[in-house]
Order: sequence, then structure tokens, then C-alpha cells
Amino acid sequence: MANQAMPFSRSEMLPPEPPPGSAVGVVGWLRANLFSSIGNSILTILALALIWLVLSHVWPWLAHAVWNADSYAQCRQIIADTWGPDAGGACLAVIRERWKQFMFGFYPIEAYWRPTLAFILMFVALAPILFSALPRKMLWFSLIFPGLAYWLLWGGSIFVPIVIYAGFAAGWLGFHLGARASAAFVAPLLAAVFALVWWFFIASPLINLLPDIGLMPVQSKQFGGFMLSVTIGVTGIAFSLPLGVLLALGRRSDLVFVKAICVGFIEFIRGVPLIALLLVASFLLNIFMPPGTNFDIILRVIIMVTLFSAAYMAEVIRGGLAALPRGQYEGADALGLNFWQATRLVIMPQALKISIPGIVNTFIGLFKDTTLVAIIGLLDPIGLITSIRANAAWNGMVWELYGFVAVLFFVCCFGMSKYSQYLERKLRTDHR
Amino acid sequence: MRHSLILGTTLALTLGAVSAASAATLDEVKARGTLKCGSNPGLAGFAAPDANGVWHGFDVDVCYALAAAIFGDPAKVEFTPLSGETRFTALASGEVDVLVRNSTWTFSRDVDLKLDFVGVNYYDGQGFIVSKDLGVTSAKELDGATVCIQTGTTTELNLADFFKANGMSYQPVPIQTEAEARQQFLAGACDSYTTDASGLAAVRATYPNPENYIILPEIISKEPLGPAVRHGDNQWGDIVRWTFNALVEAEELGVTKDNLDEMKNSDNPEIRRLLGVEGNLGGMFGLSPDWAYNAIKANGNYGEIFAATIGEGTPSNLARGLNAQWKDGGLMYSPPFR
Amino acid sequence: MAITEAHSREPFRLGMLLYDTRYRSITIQIIALIAVLTFFGWIVHNTVANLHALGKTFDFGFLGQRAGYDISQTLIPYTNDSTHGRAALVGILNTLLVAFLGCVTATIIGVFMGVLRLSSNWLIARLASVYVEMFRNVPVLLWILALMAIITDTLPAPSAFRGENASASMLFGDTVALTNRGAYVPWPIFGPGWQVVAGVFILSLIAILLFRRYAHARQEATGQALPVFWISLALFFLPALAADAVVGAVTLDVPTLQRFNFEGGGLIDKSLVALWFALALYTGAFIAEIVRGGIQAISRGQSEAAGALGLRPNRIMSLVILPQALRIIIPPLISQYLNLTKNSSLAIVVGYADVRATLGGITMNQTGRELECMLLMMGFYLLISLAISSLMNWYNSSIALKER
Repeated sequence: MANQAMPFSRSEMLPPEPPPGSAVGVVGWLRANLFSSIGNSILTILALALIWLVLSHVWPWLAHAVWNADSYAQCRQIIADTWGPDAGGACLAVIRERWKQFMFGFYPIEAYWRPTLAFILMFVALAPILFSALPRKMLWFSLIFPGLAYWLLWGGSIFVPIVIYAGFAAGWLGFHLGARASAAFVAPLLAAVFALVWWFFIASPLINLLPDIGLMPVQSKQFGGFMLSVTIGVTGIAFSLPLGVLLALGRRSDLVFVKAICVGFIEFIRGVPLIALLLVASFLLNIFMPPGTNFDIILRVIIMVTLFSAAYMAEVIRGGLAALPRGQYEGADALGLNFWQATRLVIMPQALKISIPGIVNTFIGLFKDTTLVAIIGLLDPIGLITSIRANAAWNGMVWELYGFVAVLFFVCCFGMSKYSQYLERKLRTDHR
Repeated sequence: MRHSLILGTTLALTLGAVSAASAATLDEVKARGTLKCGSNPGLAGFAAPDANGVWHGFDVDVCYALAAAIFGDPAKVEFTPLSGETRFTALASGEVDVLVRNSTWTFSRDVDLKLDFVGVNYYDGQGFIVSKDLGVTSAKELDGATVCIQTGTTTELNLADFFKANGMSYQPVPIQTEAEARQQFLAGACDSYTTDASGLAAVRATYPNPENYIILPEIISKEPLGPAVRHGDNQWGDIVRWTFNALVEAEELGVTKDNLDEMKNSDNPEIRRLLGVEGNLGGMFGLSPDWAYNAIKANGNYGEIFAATIGEGTPSNLARGLNAQWKDGGLMYSPPFR
Repeated sequence: MAITEAHSREPFRLGMLLYDTRYRSITIQIIALIAVLTFFGWIVHNTVANLHALGKTFDFGFLGQRAGYDISQTLIPYTNDSTHGRAALVGILNTLLVAFLGCVTATIIGVFMGVLRLSSNWLIARLASVYVEMFRNVPVLLWILALMAIITDTLPAPSAFRGENASASMLFGDTVALTNRGAYVPWPIFGPGWQVVAGVFILSLIAILLFRRYAHARQEATGQALPVFWISLALFFLPALAADAVVGAVTLDVPTLQRFNFEGGGLIDKSLVALWFALALYTGAFIAEIVRGGIQAISRGQSEAAGALGLRPNRIMSLVILPQALRIIIPPLISQYLNLTKNSSLAIVVGYADVRATLGGITMNQTGRELECMLLMMGFYLLISLAISSLMNWYNSSIALKER
């Protein structure tokens, strides 16, 4: 068979011809992607026209930007002198003058390193939660971080967070004492009692006794700008996570009444706009508290934002719980774990992992929503715009200020949403 | 574990921030070490923070004087920017000790909202600004016009009353802040912009071509703007009232920031009583004898504050008008210090 | 000790409330109930004490008092002599109006952009992505403010329409004026005999329904498709216009330029337009993502099979892909509608008189009744959201049935 003569057959394959010039290179790409049909060509031309329209307005405005000026009037003068009387241009000098305020609000200048450090440390604390490759021991830092951040941001005695953390030690002690008792409920009960007694009756006198070593205290009133947005957003999301877990568990609970409470809370919060809750924080929270209670508006806002995001968080985590295969629950039951053990050791670690993209998305939403605090008079970036425009020097500015804030928000939120998409892809491959 | 951790941090925040309010505002302020003053988040000439976060303006200077009267140090004041909607609630709930936020003294605010207006630091009235191109010379020719107004203030009620009384119609365009009003009005989105006349003069000065706009002669309302405190704490009300009166009295007596120390040696018994050299007026409401001295030292007397923040030569460029001393034909009249 | 149990059942002991799982859940629930009731009791008690200290009462009488302020955009007659209650109603209707307009527009934008993101045209797909990312990642508050500023700065003032050398002119044969105060449009005035026109219009609606059913049946039977869309469109307008031409009942009131403004016709307020489009564009970006996800979830085989049957690309989309994708798309879509409705509460930053601006804004500020106003306002939003969620539940259960 091998030696049979085959007069017209080729003994080897010819190399493939290169595709015609119109199908490769730039031309080919253009034809395939932009001008594949008449309709597509029209669309492409329309799109190019749109891009040109936008660029022809925005580009000169940016190209004529002025960075060095003391007032808007001076800016306009410089632009008119350089580019002719009809030229428009961005007066970015206002950003140059006020960018510290946009970042830190009225935080004392000599203490700018504190929020900056807290911000950097936040990523260190988040790292072990977000990247499972990192050593587990770093989680201890994540646990310490909230107290550390509180101390860095608000200042005051270092003993305040330490004494508060000592409450957890007291709770742990109570748990271990209680663990010797026969009934399972004694341990958590004792833990709660120990911790609460510590916080309510021992902590305050103890802090007064201890020497006042620490950082210069800063009022939350001095918070502003992006630092305020980040503080409200991050605190809200961090506190709402445990609350959301409890609410999600409650919503899936067999206990009819507990379920009703959780569903009621979640549906109430989700049914009301955030601005209504912020108005409640600014008008009504003091009326709901015992007479004479008075705590500052940023704290009230953080409480409301926490409740708000807890309801959304509960729904995200509920989704994570629902996505777990039934076998996981049954397996945990088969091992003889009780409800809390099963939840802590088997269910939650998996459900939370699935929920991380949802949690990041909730955070993006919350971070954007922090701009609403401007409506109740807090000086977040949008609130600061009002203040800056009230200054005679910067009267009448619109696009520079809005544009700057929009770009900052865009960079943060876009980065986070890319991260959450990456996570979603990663998680999907994990499960297939 | 993690959830209890976060609960604890909440508690820590709460413990750190909760303070029980007592009946006497002065004791509370002294214990706290700072005065909490409600201010406008931004109104040219009256209250605005600069690039370093220091507040300047006609209204906030009253707060500086008050802090100086209480503590001897004008820096011991914190400003809480309040929107038009939140201001009275913030005062009523104790979030601020005193509200100096260009708020009009009206019957219902005084009686129904349980506030005490302790005086008038600026006599204002509501006016209209229009573009010259419209050819309007009186507010009574504005039938059918579109008018920009700030919401949450008395101006929208006055405007409704004015047009109703004159049998005219209009299109209201409610806006939130001065800066937006400027944008709308300059773009021609409203024919007229109405607000306190002080504000109109101030904003016209900052327009690109001020000569193209005129302020109509009609002043359609009385807007006495003044500092307000909560109902029921008369001692605190007296402190705010008389600190402000001290600033007015000082101008009348010719006591300024610069000659303050010389004036201590003055022979005029009125000046000696005011500055605490003779008698102890301050002690009567729990302050030091030199409270008024400190208050004036902060930013000068009423006339000096006016000149430095909103008076002629500043961007606002306001004449004293009704706010001149009574001797000069104005309404600023302090009761005697004795 | 004297009690001896004859039967084998374990006697009830107090300890069983804690140790026996049958009773423990009841114990936990009762404790939770008591805790919640105590909490609410505590809040009510505090509120009563605080209101008393402030010298305030709790009553809704203020709703019957004269409001005293004017509202520019109203759907029902309202003057400054009307009551606060009526002002609140105006606000509620305005909220519903902008929510409705916003939802419809957001859906159109979202579906359009979602489909374009999957376009084979590289540039168009990129542009759609830019739109989605730009709008999703910037706070809606900024978009509302920005749109307001764009309308104010780019559209002409009414004075620009005046004079010989007017720099702006009215559109559509001098009937529509786009100004930076809003759009002035012709408005129908119903004269005597309008019932005839209305009757014809209703009849034409019925005719459209019957025709569509006929066209569908015909296509099933013969495979021939009629130009349903164009015939429906013609049926929608032509009979009513013809009837009106005969009877002459409905006339159009065209806006004309007067001393300060255009008078006559209808005004679509700028604040409404800015809020409407800002909400629609913002929510549209989220809907585009939902639509894209829904379409991508349909397996490629579906569109390939449809292509093999000889359907054109737009028919594949409308007849094969979208009907299947809708099942995935609609539940998240409805929650986007809910978000849009809640975001409409930001109306006050552009001065649109929604319920938050009237009841929860000016009325609250003028009367000082924070508690009452906030309760009413939150009650209204809750009602809307419950209505929308029950709609969603109804839809979910209805598609669940179809699947079997």
C-alpha cells in the first residue's frame, strides 16, 4: 500500500495561502468589526460623530485648563488672555487650592497622616479576607483594625479601644467558665453578661482611671470630604455585615416570630429611600432616644447607614445561603453539629465566600449613596461644593467641581466593580 | 465573635459621644469646653469656610464673639453647618447651643417652634433682581414671570403672598442654594430671583456684568435675621442677647478692637461698666467681668464686623442702611448696660 | 411528691422550656417577642416624653391648614390657598409621575444599550460599555445635578425666541419650544363633542387588539407575516384624528411667547425633565447589564437554530432570544424600578415638587411637624414598595407555572 504509485496525488500539503489583503491587518479588522454591513457602517459613522461632538466640546475645555489662579475671575482673565476672548476653559485652580479639603474636610492639617494611615491599614486588614492565599494569622490584624482605625481617626486615649477590646476578653472568659456547665446555652449567656457588665459598668470608670496617653482628639464634626464618605461607607458596611448575617439567618429560620421580625425589618428598610432614613437621623433619632440623649450627627448617620446596608446585606447573604447545596446542611447535621456549630463551621464560611461579589456591589452602592448626606448638611464632597461656591473667589463654578467629584467617585467605584467582576469569574470556575 | 466585636465598637463610639444634656446650657457649654454654633453651610459674606477650614462671615463672627465672652477665647467654637430644613430641629434637639444662620424672626417660629430669637443682627427684607433687558422697573410688573426662590425659607411664603395681594400669577422655580440660583438666573432660566435684599446686592456684585442687572425698589417683607436659642433657658438666652448687645453698644460708644485697652482707662462710666472695669455685670449671668471686653476683642464691635465681612468694599458691598446705629438713622439700638 | 404519673409521658417541668428542643423554640420566640415589644414601648415612651418636653403634640390637623406656598408642576389643581394635605397629594402624584416616566424610559434605554453592548460592531459595543460604566459608577445625585446644569446652560432662555434676529426658534411648525425653563408643548383642549372622539379612540384600541389577534392567527396558519406594527400605529392615530376632523371637538392650544414666558399649551418643567432623564439614564445603565446578562444566559444554540431557520437578526432577537431572556430579566428589572422610585426622592435638589419636597420638605419646615410628616412620607414609600414587590411575586409565580 505504501509503495503504490499515485500519479496525481500530492505527497505533501501545500502551505496555506495568506488570506486576502482585505481580511487581515487594520483593513480586515475594520471590515469585520466596524463596516460588516450597511447598517453597521451607518452605526459606526453615527458613533464617530457622537465621539467627535463630545470631544470637540470637552477637549478644548480641558486643554485650556488653568491651574494657577486665586479666583474664578482671574482664571477667566488668564484664559481670555491666552486663548482669545471667546475661549472656554476649566479653572482647575479651585481643585488645587481646595483638594486637601476635598480629601479630609476640616481635619487638622498636622494630623492628616492619621486618616491616611488608617486608609492604608484598611487594605492590610482587608487583604486576608479578600485573598485566601495570604496567611491566616493576618486575620488577627483584621480583628484589631476597627479599634485601631477608631483610635487613629477620632484620637483620644489609646486605652479607650483597649478597654473596649478587653470586654471581648471578658466575654471569652465568661464563655469558658460557662462551657463547664452542662447546658449549652449557659456559655454564650455568661459571655454576653460578662462582656456587657464590663462595657457598661467597668469600662467607663477604668478609662477615667488610666492615664490619658494617645493622640489629639478630633471631633467628628471636623470630618469631611472623601474621608467622610469613606468613613461612613466603610463603617456602615463593616457593622452591617454581622447584622446582615443575623438577619439572613433569622429570615431563613423556622421560628415564625423571629422570621417575621427579620422580614419586617428588611422589607421596611428596603422599602424606604435612604434619604428618608437620613432625615430620620437628623430630625427624629433624638426624639426616639431617652430625653437628654444627644449624640452627634455623623454618628447618627453611621447608625442609619448601618441599618440601611444591613437590610441589603441580609438579602445578599440570604442569596449565598440559598446557593449552598443541601448536602452541606445535611452533612453538618450528620456530623452531629448543632445549629450554631453548623452555621459557624460549615455554612457561613462557604456562604460568605459566595456572597463576596454581592457584598462588594452593596458597598459600591452604599459608597455612592453617602453623597446623600450633603442633603442633611454634612460636608461630604458634594456638600463642600456648596461651601466652596459660597466663597466670593469661586462663585459661579459648576463643571470643575462636579467633574472632579464625579471623577473621584468613578475611579473608586469602577475599580471596585472590576474587582467584584474578577471575583465573580473566579468563583464561577471554582464551582464548575 | 466577629459580630460581637463590631457591636462593641459601636458601643465604644456611643459611650464616647453620648452626653446627657442638662437644663443649664451655660454649664453644659463650659463643661464641654466649646460652644456649638449652627451656621449656614455657605452664604457669601455671612458664613463660609476658607481653604484652611476656618469659618468667616458676618453670622459666624457673632459666634466667635460669644465663644470669647464665655471662654475668653474666640477659637473655642465649633460650627455645625445646617441646611434650611434641619436648622430648627438641630437647635431644638440640642445639637447646637445657638443658631446664627440668617434666620428670620417670625411669630410662629418664636411661639410654635419654641425658639427664642434674642435680637436682630441684620434687618433685611425680601427684594427682586432682574435683568435690565426685561425693561421691568417695578415688582408689580412681574405678572406671568418665572421667579427663582430658595426653598425652606420664609421667602417662598412672602412671594406667594405678594403675588396674591397684587392679583398676579407667576411660575416658582424652587432652588436649594445660592450657587444654583446664580446659575439659573444668569442663564435666563428665571426672569427674576428673589431673596433677602442683602443677598441680592451681594450676589449682583459677583455677576460677570453687574451693571446689566437691577434690584427692583420693592421690598416685599420684613426679614429681621437674628441669633436664636432654645425656649426655656433664660440665662443662656440672656448671655447671647447681651453679648450681641455689647457689640452694638461698643460701636455706639466708639470702643473698637484697636482702642479696647485704652478704653479700659476711659472716664466714661458706661464704657467702664461695659468693659468690666467697674461693677460686675458678667457675674450676674455666670460669666467673668471682662466678658464683653473679650467679645469685642474677638473681631471688633458690630460696625467693625459689618465692615469686615459684608460692608462697603467687601464683595457683598452692603450699605449700613437700616443696620446703622440709631444715632445715624438706623435700627441698631442696644438697651443700656447698667 | 403526691403526684404520680400514671401514663408514660414525661411530665412538663419548667426546665424543659430550656432543654427540650420542642419547647425551646417557643421560649426563644416569646423572649424575642418581649424584647421587640419592650423596644417599641421604650421608643414610644421616649417619644412621648420628648414631645412633651418640646411642648409639641402629635396630631395630623396641620394637613387641613392652608399651605401658603406655590408649586410649579402640578397634576391636579392647586394654589397657595390649598391645604397642606393637598400639597402632599400633589407631591405624591408628582413622585408617581416621575417614577412612571423614568421606569418606561429607563427600560427603553436599558434594553437598547444592553443589546448594543453585544453588538458585533466593535465601536458601538465599546460606546455602550462606556455608557454603562460611566453611569453606574458615579452617584445618581451628581447625575441629577449635572443634567440640570446641562439643560440650564445649553438650552435657550425664552428671551432668545424674541425679536427679528431670534437666536432660537420653535420646533415642529412653531408648536414646541424647548427652553431652559422646560418644554412648552401644545396641549389638547376638549370642546363639546369630545366624547365622540374619545369613543372612536377606544374603538380603534379594540380594533388594534382584534387585528393583532387576527395577524397572529394568520401567521400561524399560513406563515405570512403582516406589517403589524405599522398598521397598529396607523389604527392608533388615524381614526381618532379623522373623527376629530369631522367633529372638531379637540383643539390644540399652542404656546405663544408673551411678556416673560410662553403662555398657553402645556409646560413640562425643566426640573421634571432633568430628574426624569437622570434617573432613566442612571437606572438604564443597570438595566443594560441585566439585559446583557439575560441575553448571554440564553444558549448560543438558540440563536444559531433560529438563524438556520432563516430568521433575520432582529427577528431572532425579538422572537427567540428576548422572550426567553425576559424570564431572567424581569425579577431584577422590577427591583431596579423600585430603586428608581426611591431615588426619585432626590427631586428636591433640582426643585421638583415630589412628596419628599412638599410633605417632607416645605410643609414639614413650615409647620414643624417632623414626626407626623416623616411617618406619612415613609408610609407612602413603603406602600409603593410593597405594591411593587407583590407585583414581582405575582410575576415570579406566574412564570413558575408556565415552566411546567
